[in-house]
Amino acid sequence: MKSPKIGIAGKSGTSVRSDCRIEIQLTGTGGLDIAVTSKVDQLYGGQIREQISGLADHFKIKNAKIIVEDYGALPFIISARFEAALKIADPDEKNSFVPELLEQNKYGSHKEKMRRSRLYLPGNEPKFFVNAGLHKPDGIILDLEDSVAPAEKFAASFLVRNSLCAVDFYGAERMVRINQLPRGLEDLEFIVPYNVHVILIPKCESAEDVKKVEAKVEEIKKKHKITSDVYFMPIIESAKGVLKSFDIATSSDHICSLAIGLEDYTADLGTQRTLEGKESFFARSMVVNAARAAAVQPIDTVFSDVSDMDGLMASVVEAKSLGFEGKGCIHPRQIDPIHKAFAPAPEEIEKAKKIVAAYKEAEKSGSGVVALGSKMIDAPVVKRAQRTIRLAVQNGLLNENEI
Amino acid sequence: MKLIKNAAGRMVPDVVNGIESIPYKGINGHKPDGRNYGGPIRSCADYPADGNKVVPGLKEALIKAGIKDGMTISTHHHLRNGDVVTNQLFDIIHELGIKGVRWFPSASFPCHEHLIPYLEDGTIHHIEGSMNGPLGRYTSYGKMKGLGVLRSHGGRYQSVQDGEVHIDIAVIASPTADPFGNANGVSGNSACGLIGFALADSEYADRVIVVTDNLVPFPCIPWQIQGNNVDYVVQVDSLGDASKIVSGTTEVTKSPDRLLIAEYVAQFIEDAGLMKDGFSFQAGAGGTNLAFVLYLKERMKAKNVKARFVRGGSTKYLVQLLEEGLTDYILDGQTFDLEGVRSMRENPRHINTSPFTSYNFHGKGNFASIVDVAVLGATEVDVNFNANVVSHSDGLLLHGIGGWQNCLFSKCTILAIPSFRDRIPVIVDDVMTLCGPGELIDVIITERGIAINPLRKDLLECVKNSSLPIKEIGEIKSEVERICGGKPALPTRDLNEPVAVVKWVDGTVLDSVFKVIE
Repeated sequence: MKSPKIGIAGKSGTSVRSDCRIEIQLTGTGGLDIAVTSKVDQLYGGQIREQISGLADHFKIKNAKIIVEDYGALPFIISARFEAALKIADPDEKNSFVPELLEQNKYGSHKEKMRRSRLYLPGNEPKFFVNAGLHKPDGIILDLEDSVAPAEKFAASFLVRNSLCAVDFYGAERMVRINQLPRGLEDLEFIVPYNVHVILIPKCESAEDVKKVEAKVEEIKKKHKITSDVYFMPIIESAKGVLKSFDIATSSDHICSLAIGLEDYTADLGTQRTLEGKESFFARSMVVNAARAAAVQPIDTVFSDVSDMDGLMASVVEAKSLGFEGKGCIHPRQIDPIHKAFAPAPEEIEKAKKIVAAYKEAEKSGSGVVALGSKMIDAPVVKRAQRTIRLAVQNGLLNENEI
Repeated sequence: MKLIKNAAGRMVPDVVNGIESIPYKGINGHKPDGRNYGGPIRSCADYPADGNKVVPGLKEALIKAGIKDGMTISTHHHLRNGDVVTNQLFDIIHELGIKGVRWFPSASFPCHEHLIPYLEDGTIHHIEGSMNGPLGRYTSYGKMKGLGVLRSHGGRYQSVQDGEVHIDIAVIASPTADPFGNANGVSGNSACGLIGFALADSEYADRVIVVTDNLVPFPCIPWQIQGNNVDYVVQVDSLGDASKIVSGTTEVTKSPDRLLIAEYVAQFIEDAGLMKDGFSFQAGAGGTNLAFVLYLKERMKAKNVKARFVRGGSTKYLVQLLEEGLTDYILDGQTFDLEGVRSMRENPRHINTSPFTSYNFHGKGNFASIVDVAVLGATEVDVNFNANVVSHSDGLLLHGIGGWQNCLFSKCTILAIPSFRDRIPVIVDDVMTLCGPGELIDVIITERGIAINPLRKDLLECVKNSSLPIKEIGEIKSEVERICGGKPALPTRDLNEPVAVVKWVDGTVLDSVFKVIE
């Protein structure tokens, strides 16, 4: 008898939560043998068995031994693990099982949306997914890159695809960080058809990188008849990337923001990342200038000490003073301090209110000139004031009716 | 024994362990009359004139106390999971060949798994207290000889005071005691703060044995337990594992979802207008409970609001409130960490309370209904706001009631709970075991939204302009069921075979726990 083809996906062990391990042995003979053990067997064992045989049916598996060790995995996780295990066992399997895109996930985004906070979620750790949106980050990033071990990358892509469909993002912008190119190009098939709003392109070093991603995205959009925009946030993480940052920022109309990643950058420089950050001052300023010159948002790196809330606040205040508009988060507790630190100060709000009022007045009277007292107000000042007002409302510092 | 439907619509046995029982009649629907129960009259002439009641060991004390088959033996749970006294006590009872004991602890812990062989060989007939962890599992599968009886801390006092439970011998582990039997929990290697759960036992039991690992000369000050109620004093090497009696330090949860719940709790208390000068609240030691105190503290400081008192379960976080002048008093029912123990020992504003003062149904009033806000947990809540704290959705007993039922009488009772755990919904159609009637539960706060009991129109009105995610409870339930992939299956239970009963605070039977088929 031929030895069975085996595929395994997911995790097992006493510390595992909200995940499962699925092993599929394609035996060629002997029919289907499904063995399920579950932490929630009493309550959901029936549903799990039903789901597994439904999946076997969907993929037309006739002869296999399927072993499921479940630790309270939700249905979209189980189907992602199943499909990954099956496609490891049989790389020629072309069929897929994608959960329905939730009605509440069918919203769009736009280029100028606020991106103060973006929460990174390791793409192969499903326990963090379901509640991430409750913490109200501006964006949620399902990460396929550095937070996923190489051996788990294949399985992670199914999990990320299923999450884009089945996890309620509660209005957060839907982001995915793909792998470094060229592998990142393969990731696009898993995300572009499922209403991803922003694709983060890591370790971006040239306009060419962005163009490759854009071409592939356009191809997939065409195939799936998708008309909504997909935006790009290249991440500058090397000396070369820093020097090319303006080229990168202007490489596509779909670039919404330019971000900097300092862990890799400081390694590339051959130095250490310090709290003070002198070593990265040039790079951060370069990215801010490139982004502003290209009229996209400059976005700062993550603050990696989750327990140091004062340090986080100081780091955001500094980022804001350098010209950044957003910061990465690796823990939901960082979201609120970031929003607070990026929020405008009371005197900024007061000034902005006066400018916006003067602008409205000028509009009403048909005068082309906006004036505040004896002072002329330029268009960019009005635009900045409007942004300040918007930020103030979004941060709960100003009631919409007060404008 | 037959099952009858009580006022909550639950099927409960009319006879529990051979004693006729009263089905639940509604909140405050049952008020027993007659006179308080009293122990036998004693004369000081029968006790050593020099006040020295020390006997060589626990075995001698039990024999002197007249231990025999079928007696009720009580213990307290202030030593928590570090308790070795209870295990040693039953080792001795077993060695003496005593059978059919009713064990009447104020709560049990996983360390009491040691007692399962004594349940099996008939040394212990059944437990009236709480059946946690392994004991809960054992009971749920119908292995205990008698029926378990679950009571609240207040209900335990009530049952002793009105004679529903007669304690033959009380064994009171005491971190410090003198030879006369005066005892406290604030000093010694096994210090646990206070020993208020043993108060009823010391006053009402026929015989009282104090066991200590820190015998001091008379007088032991403070005397949380009065020696005048004590028959014998036993000195031992150690009451237990100090690191499991109180934690060195209690830590706030790191779970972002629990912290979000805690933040909502603090905001709710402020937005609903409950956080005002002179207010009071109850806080426990669960992760979410500790965290809400920290968030509320920030809000109190920002608005310059001070509490008159807080009720613990004390921890270092409540101690900080007291020491920073944000509350005038801590009224403490049990102490969870070393900072709490230190504060109780040193600070006259950190007050030792007992279930009598705090929770007792037969008192002339109790503290629980004076408290403005109580923040509690639950294992399940249903769409009618009924809640369960003793079993999980799989039907297995896992926790005791503690002071939970008693705290429901606060002016605003908040349950702070996740909407699901792993894949298991916490908000359900109907709770597995009813421990608290929905009429007393005002607010459910989850990470997915806040549901206010429709009976509390005043609270709904107060928060109508708040930025909090106020929702209908059914809305949260539907969302959770969508996430979890439908409703869970019910466990297989034998609905003709109760294995335990849940008592209401007045001594009536609120619900049954039925045998789970393995």
